[in-house]
Amino acid sequence: MLMKKNYRSERHVPAKDIEACGLFGVMNIEGQKFGALKAIEAIKNIKVRGNGLGGGFAVYGLYPDYKDYYALHIMFQNKDIKAKERTEDFLGEHFEIIFDEEIPTNPQVSLFCPPLVWRYFVAPKKGEAEQAIPDDEYVTSRVMYINSHIEDAYVFSSGKDMGVFKGVGFPEEIAAYFMLDGLYEGYIWTVHSRFPTNTPGWWGGAHPFSILDWTVVHNGEISSYGTNRRFLEMYDYYCTLHTDTEVMAYAVDLLMRRQGLPIEIVAKIFAPSMWDIIEHLPEKEKKLYATLRTVYAPLLMNGPFTVIVAHHHEMFGLTDRIRLRPITAGAKDGFVFLSSEEAAIRHVCPDLDLVWTPQGGEPVVVRLNSKDHLKSLNKSI
Amino acid sequence: MYSYLLPEFAIERNEDRCIHCRVCERQCATDVHYYDAEMDKMFFREEACVGCQRCAVFCPTNALFIWPHPAEYRPNSSWNREKLQDLKKQAETGGVILTGSGNDKPYRIYWDHLVLNASQVTNPSIDPLREPMELKTFLGRKPDNLEIEFNKGEVKIKSELYSNVSITTPIVFSAMSYGAISYQAYKSLAMAAKKFGTLFNTGEGGLPLNMRKEYGCSAIVQCASGRFGVDPEYLNAACAIEIKIGQGAKPGIGGHLPGEKVSENIAVTRMIPQGTDALSPAPQHDIYSIEDLSMLIYALKEATNYEKPVSVKIAAVHNVAAIASGIVRAGADIVAIDGLRGGTGAAPKAIRDNVGIPLELALAAVDKRLREEGIRNKCSILAAGGIRCSADVMKAIALGADAVYIGTAALVAMGCTLCQKCYTGKCTWGICTQDPYLSKRLNPEITSQRLTNLLRGWSYEIKEMLGGMGINAIESLRGNREHLRGVGLAEWELDVLGVKGAGE
Ligand code: SF4
Ligand code: SF4
Repeated sequence: MLMKKNYRSERHVPAKDIEACGLFGVMNIEGQKFGALKAIEAIKNIKVRGNGLGGGFAVYGLYPDYKDYYALHIMFQNKDIKAKERTEDFLGEHFEIIFDEEIPTNPQVSLFCPPLVWRYFVAPKKGEAEQAIPDDEYVTSRVMYINSHIEDAYVFSSGKDMGVFKGVGFPEEIAAYFMLDGLYEGYIWTVHSRFPTNTPGWWGGAHPFSILDWTVVHNGEISSYGTNRRFLEMYDYYCTLHTDTEVMAYAVDLLMRRQGLPIEIVAKIFAPSMWDIIEHLPEKEKKLYATLRTVYAPLLMNGPFTVIVAHHHEMFGLTDRIRLRPITAGAKDGFVFLSSEEAAIRHVCPDLDLVWTPQGGEPVVVRLNSKDHLKSLNKSI
Repeated sequence: MYSYLLPEFAIERNEDRCIHCRVCERQCATDVHYYDAEMDKMFFREEACVGCQRCAVFCPTNALFIWPHPAEYRPNSSWNREKLQDLKKQAETGGVILTGSGNDKPYRIYWDHLVLNASQVTNPSIDPLREPMELKTFLGRKPDNLEIEFNKGEVKIKSELYSNVSITTPIVFSAMSYGAISYQAYKSLAMAAKKFGTLFNTGEGGLPLNMRKEYGCSAIVQCASGRFGVDPEYLNAACAIEIKIGQGAKPGIGGHLPGEKVSENIAVTRMIPQGTDALSPAPQHDIYSIEDLSMLIYALKEATNYEKPVSVKIAAVHNVAAIASGIVRAGADIVAIDGLRGGTGAAPKAIRDNVGIPLELALAAVDKRLREEGIRNKCSILAAGGIRCSADVMKAIALGADAVYIGTAALVAMGCTLCQKCYTGKCTWGICTQDPYLSKRLNPEITSQRLTNLLRGWSYEIKEMLGGMGINAIESLRGNREHLRGVGLAEWELDVLGVKGAGE
C-alpha cells in the first residue's frame, strides 16, 4: 500500500525524530457541532508542552455540503505551482474533482514559510481493472503516491467530511492562520502541540497524522519503535516521516481499519496487561489476552505514550501500560474531553460533571450517542 | 603420546607449599601427577596436561601453577606453534586432528563491537526493582492476524492457533546429548530448565525413560541423522521437537560416539546395542531437498497431533538466509541458527575452525530476509553459538532472535574450563565423560543450582538493561536494531547487521 523506499541496508533508514507534545480532544456525543474555541483555548493553556515548531487540528463534521466526497487537504511546499499542476494532473487522472479551492488564510498572521494549502473534494474514478478495489484502499494508495512521488506536494488529510489543518508554529497561531475560529464547526476537534528536539521546519511534519478519516495525535517516545516499524513493514507500511506517531497511526490503520478490531481489543495489543495479571484472569479472558499478546507482540507500544485517535463517530484516548504519560478525561453534558493535562480541560470547562484519570492501558472510548466513555471511569484511579 | 612435541602446558609446583596430599593425582584424568613414595615427592608428566586447571583449584595449598608452555619455535606469524604441532601430529598418525568445544580462532566477535542504548530525558528508564519487567517468551508459529468474532458482548478467537511453548526467560539450553555428556550433566540441565521454566535440548541421544515424566515438559527432543532414541513416545514426551540438520561447530559433518562410551543406559536410551559405535551420518538420508524436510516436519507433526512446535536447526553457512526462508516455508515453527563459534563434543579441527559464518551476521541476515518475505512471524528464531553473557543475549534479541541457545556457557557454569578435550572422554569436570569415576564429580542437585543461578543472574541483568532502554517487555526489543550501535566495524559489516555506527 505504502511506497517502499529501497535502502542498501536498514542501517540507512533514517533515525526517528524525538519529540514531546501536548494533546487535547473534545467530542460532542450527541453529534452537535461547535467551533474551534475550546480546542484553541485548551491547547494554549498547555503551551509549555509545545515549542512553536508544530501544531495542528483535526475536525470532524467539517464539510456537510460535500460529505459524500473525499476531502483532500493538500499542501504545496514553497507555494510551488508546478507541484500543484502535477498533483492536479494526477488527481484528474484518478478522481472526479467535484470542487476545489484554496484554503483561506489570514495574511496578517506571519508564520515560518507557509505553503500553499488547497482542498479538493473528489470521487474515485476507477478503471476497469480497479472496480473490485474498495474506495478506501483506492484513495489511500493514491494519497501515498502523491506523498512519495510528487515533490513538494503532501496530503494533510483525505477523509470524508473531515479535515486536518496543521503547520509550523504554535497551535493557536495555526488556528489564527487558517481562521479556524469562525470559519469551521465540527463535532470532534483534536489538537496537537509539538515539541520536537530537532527543527524540521516542514509543515507536513506537524500533527495530526492522518489516513482517510483517521487522525492520530500522540505524545511520547516509543522505545519499541524499531520492533513496531519492522512488523508493520511486513504489512507494507513503510515509514517515511520516521516518527512514533507515524508508527502508531499505521498500527491503528492495520488493526482497526484493515483488520476491523475495536479499540477495546487494540488497547490490549498496544498496552497489554502484565503476564502476572493475565494469568489470574478467568479462563476465557486469559486465553483471549494471552493470544492477543503473543500474536501481536511486535505491536506492543513500549515506553511512554499517550494517544488520541479519532475517526467518524469515535474518539479514544489511551496511555501506555505503566502510565508513564498521563491522560485525563472529563465530561460535561454532551461534551467529553481528553487531554494530556487536566488543567487544559478545566480551562475550557471549569464546571465539569466528571473528571478521571484512566489506568495505563485502559482506553477511554468516546462514541456518538453512547456512554461508553464511562466504562473507563469505573476502572480509573 | 606424540613424540617430539613441546608440551602445551607448563606445570610449576611450589615445593614449599606442597604437602603431598595427592589430591592433584586423584583429580587429574590424564595422569599428569604422580607420587613417588620412596622420595616422598610429587612429580608430573607435563606433556599429558590439557590445562583444565582442576588440580590447581583443588590443591589445598595453592601450590600448583599451570600455564601455557612458554617455549616457542622461532616466531612466525604464518607457521605458528599450533600449525606446526598439528602438522607434526598428523605426520605421525596420518589421522584427522580432532578437537572439542567451540572455534577458538580470532574471528571478529561482533558482540564486542555492538553497544546497547539507554534512555535519557526524552523517555524515562524503568527501574526493574519497582516496575514489572517481562521476559516471558513464546516459541512457535504465530498467525498473520487474529480473526475475532463478537457475539453479544462475547469475544471469540476464530483464527486457527498454533502450538507455542512459553519460557520464562529467553535463554534455552543447547542440544547436548546423553552420551556426549554424562548422565549427571544431562540431568542437571533438565532439572535447571524445569526449575527455571525454560527448556533443555536432548541432543540426538534420546531421552532416558525414567526422565520423561518429570522432565519431558521441559525438553526439546532432537531428531537427528542417526535417529537415535526416536519413537512416538519420545516425541510425545517432549514439549517441542527439533530436526537437527547441522551444528555450528561442524557444518556438514555427522557425529560419532565411540562404542566404549555406549554403556547400558545409553544403549537403551539410544535404542542401539550396548558397546556399538553410534554413528550419525552427515546428512539426514531422508532429506536431500527442502521438500524432503517438509515431509519430515509434517511426519513429526502428525506423530504428535500438531501439538508441538517443530524446530529445524542449521549451521550458519554462507546462504543461511535463503535456507532459513525455505525452512519456514517448509513448515518449521522454529528456526535455530548455530554460528561459527558453536561448541561440540568432538569435531575435526579443520572444520570447527574454518567452516561457517559468525552467528551475529547470520542472525541479522535471516531476520531481515524473513521480514522482507513477510514470514518472520511464522516462526521463532533461536540463536546459538557463542553467547557468553547477558549482554550477548540482549544483542542477539535486538538483531532479531526470539531467544538464544546456550551450550558452552552452561558447561562453564557446571565447571568446564574450555580445555577442548571433550572428545577424549576424560573430562576432569565430569561433564563430557562416561567414566563413572569422573562423572560422579557432578552432583545434579548442586550443578542444577549453579545453572539456575546462571539463568537468574542473566535474567536480572537483562531486566536492568531493558529497563535502562525504557522497555518493560522483551518482545519490544526483538529486532529493534535502533537500540544497537556498531563500534569499530566496517561499512559492509554495519550494512549486514543493519545497525548504525555509534554516533550515526
Ligand atoms: S594437590 Fe597441591 S598440595 Fe596436594 S599433592 Fe598436589 S600440588 Fe601438592
Ligand atoms: S566439557 Fe570438560 S573436556 Fe570439554 S572443554 Fe569443558 S572441561 Fe574440557
